[in-house]
Amino acid sequence: MSSFVSRYRDGVRAALAVAATVWFFGASFGLVARAAGMGTLAPLVMSATTFAGSAQFAVSSILGAGGGAAAAIAAAVLLNARYAPISISVAPLFHGGLLRRLLESQLIVDESWALASRGGGRFDRRILLGAGLLLYVSWVSGTAVGVLAGDALGDPKDLGLDGAFPALFLALLAPQLRTTRAALAAAGGAAIALALIPVTPAGTPIVVASAACLLGLRRKP
Amino acid sequence: MSTVWVVVLVVGLATVGFKATGPVLLGDRSLPPALAEVVALLAPVLLAALVVTQTVGGDNELVFDARLAGVGAGAVAIAARAPLPAVVVVAAATTALTRLLI
Repeated sequence: MSSFVSRYRDGVRAALAVAATVWFFGASFGLVARAAGMGTLAPLVMSATTFAGSAQFAVSSILGAGGGAAAAIAAAVLLNARYAPISISVAPLFHGGLLRRLLESQLIVDESWALASRGGGRFDRRILLGAGLLLYVSWVSGTAVGVLAGDALGDPKDLGLDGAFPALFLALLAPQLRTTRAALAAAGGAAIALALIPVTPAGTPIVVASAACLLGLRRKP
Repeated sequence: MSTVWVVVLVVGLATVGFKATGPVLLGDRSLPPALAEVVALLAPVLLAALVVTQTVGGDNELVFDARLAGVGAGAVAIAARAPLPAVVVVAAATTALTRLLI
């Protein structure tokens, strides 16, 4: 029981650290989007509806560089296609009517999903939704501040925040590698992503890498 | 409607759809055992792919920069059983310091 409580407290602390990081990235998205000519309202609406950092940064950089709507949409859709397999992995946590499941599913984002992951395909519903809500508020409020006063905040890269996210994902991956099968599948996914980064549009490596989970079809020895 | 709003609307709708795929289409129905084995591996596979793309991913190229040092320091912290928030802080501080020095 005490280990459960301490693990939970650790989860809440981690969510707070991640929320602060996400807030800074939201602010820098607001700043960049406004500089790219997206105005003040559109970046806010985008943060509230899309709620996915990499795709939003891609859109602002493509529109800012004078790229068309089609290019911006294609890049963002490719980047966010990973949320189809991600949302399938947590589907059993969602109950109730269609509208409730639809609304709650919007709190799925890389970080809330990763924090909720317990290994062996299990996820913690309270952490997924609790962290998701916290990160949603951070992302949207960060965007608002960035749109209005972003110049004053500086670049999150100066704080090394872009190195914090992959380390977080690594920390959450490590305890899941206890079985040979999971370790092999993770290595396969990493190898596929590494091989595809130079040759496919951003977003595609992660989607294709998810095929490594087909290793689960092999009969257990 | 302006280009910006078309993009915001289409991307927003597409993302809402992606995130709703599992919860709305499958819900709490239980999966057939063979498929459940596959879905159970989604977490380690996608986490590993996220680590790779966010550490060395660039614009259609592999980029080895300060992020790699940050993730390396994070890995040491993980091996030393540091709590999650400490791992995040160590990785960010190392990335920032490395960026300052190189």
